[in-house]
Amino acid sequence: MSNRLFNWFKFSSPATFYPLAGRISPWAAWIAVILIGIGLYLSFFVAPTDYKQGEGYRIIFIHVPAAWMSMFIYLVMAFWSILGLMFNTRVSAMMTQALAPTGAMFTFLALWTGAFWGKPMWGAWWVWDARLTSELILLFLYIGYIALHSSIDDNRRADRAGAILVLVGVINIPIIYYSVEWWNTLHQGSSVNFKQGSSMTMIMLWTMLIMALGFWAYSIATAMSRVRSIMLERERDTNWVSKLPELKSPNT
Amino acid sequence: MTNITDFFNMGGYALYVWGSFGMTAIMMIAEPILLRSRRKAVLRRVARMIRMNTEGKQ
Repeated sequence: MSNRLFNWFKFSSPATFYPLAGRISPWAAWIAVILIGIGLYLSFFVAPTDYKQGEGYRIIFIHVPAAWMSMFIYLVMAFWSILGLMFNTRVSAMMTQALAPTGAMFTFLALWTGAFWGKPMWGAWWVWDARLTSELILLFLYIGYIALHSSIDDNRRADRAGAILVLVGVINIPIIYYSVEWWNTLHQGSSVNFKQGSSMTMIMLWTMLIMALGFWAYSIATAMSRVRSIMLERERDTNWVSKLPELKSPNT
Repeated sequence: MTNITDFFNMGGYALYVWGSFGMTAIMMIAEPILLRSRRKAVLRRVARMIRMNTEGKQ
């Protein structure tokens, strides 16, 4: 490949990805802190009281971004899994592994905040509605992936088995997304719609989008940080790890 | 919202609003802390392993 072109494959090696992840992570963390800070301010002090749900609707500003992230992170894991199966690159599998706990956390938060929103509005913490049930299945997929990966000792085999599980489970994502249209659900339809525009006021929409961007930056920061620990553990016998400056200091 | 009591009361939805935001805060603060301690533990373990290997070779 011509060296004038940016070589993406360069970053498919842990030795080059490790320092890159180390540079991205703190930046993403700062962006996350700033955006979530602005998002919280808008959520409580700027966004007006809802005429139907009063102050209770403010849960939307974390519920919807958490639910988006729970689905989006899974899609990113599926993307890395395809790359991993096609090119057999180690970094792809490590990224899948690094994203899973954060994805599971956002899925849990989507369910938890949903329960705390459902109770005052529907009168029930939980109902076996298509949207809620498919989101619960997503949580089990994340947990299943983590359990499967950690139960296989050989990392390469664990990567392959994990990638296949993630790709089989990806069918659940459109089911979650369209569940409110396909079935008669108690869960309301989406408030943000590409065809008809949004049913919310502009400030509510902006608050939600800023919060979602903050959650995005947070996910990048945590995944990049986690992948570094995974790389150190899995590559501990390699030359590039033994040359890292952070392993040289005498008191570590 | 006129004052602090009103703010925390959330128009009667205090349990639900703070239950949601509270759990989100706990999770999103705990995860980075756990990641930091994991990194420290991994660095310690790998450094010890490398030290043992180089000592073994000598």
